[in-house]
Amino acid sequence: MRVSEVIEAPVEVEEPELHEERHEDPPWIVLVWNDPINLMSYVTLVFRRLFGYSEAKATQLMLQVHEEGKAVVASGTREKCELDVARLHAHGLWATMRQD
Amino acid sequence: MARRRIKRRRGGGYALRLPPPERELLTALPEQLAAILESDDSSLTRLFPPGYGDDLDASAEYDRLVHDELLVGKREALATLSRTASAEHLSEEELLQWLTATNDLRLVLGTRLGVTEEHQGAMPSPSDPWAPEWVAYNYLSWLQEEIVAALSDAL
Repeated sequence: MRVSEVIEAPVEVEEPELHEERHEDPPWIVLVWNDPINLMSYVTLVFRRLFGYSEAKATQLMLQVHEEGKAVVASGTREKCELDVARLHAHGLWATMRQD
Repeated sequence: MARRRIKRRRGGGYALRLPPPERELLTALPEQLAAILESDDSSLTRLFPPGYGDDLDASAEYDRLVHDELLVGKREALATLSRTASAEHLSEEELLQWLTATNDLRLVLGTRLGVTEEHQGAMPSPSDPWAPEWVAYNYLSWLQEEIVAALSDAL
């Protein structure tokens, strides 16, 4: 179990490191990145509809994307995250996933 | 405050109050984007981001898995917008398709126009050769706020 929940510095895209011999499987995370086109109200609505987040939580995540450049919006198994990324792409958000 | 153009109806669905020129635009624009979807236009990259970011191999595999499905969804949303642009009422499902289609149109137009954070709501000068695209982009931004407001009422 990981205890670190440090939010990484924004701006730089991090190269995912390859840990091929890892025994425990850390969860995958889904990131949404800031972009100049998607409207703030739209992004909030997508978070509410796709993930069932409250208006307050969705708004907080949207603001984090807007102000810090990215936010972790979901996590879980690789399969679940791939589905989440695809749903976000279906709604035009710039989403990526990587192992935490 | 201006009256809302898209309003949730008590009996279900949504009422649309849009003037004919806007409806004509909403019929034509999706057809143009549907044609672009069949091309290899560079602005399409924005509609199909790399799922694994910089991990090119994993992103290519992801794209193989989901690209067709995403494409079908986008085509359907555009077809629904074009087909129902003259409707007086929309079901929730149809309005959600409007949301998707207007956003894809904004993404492609915005990418072509090189929109930045500072550009939001900027008015083009009439001599700008891209003026029609800017007008369409700004209109779609306004319309999308209306759609989002109407759909948020239902949550």
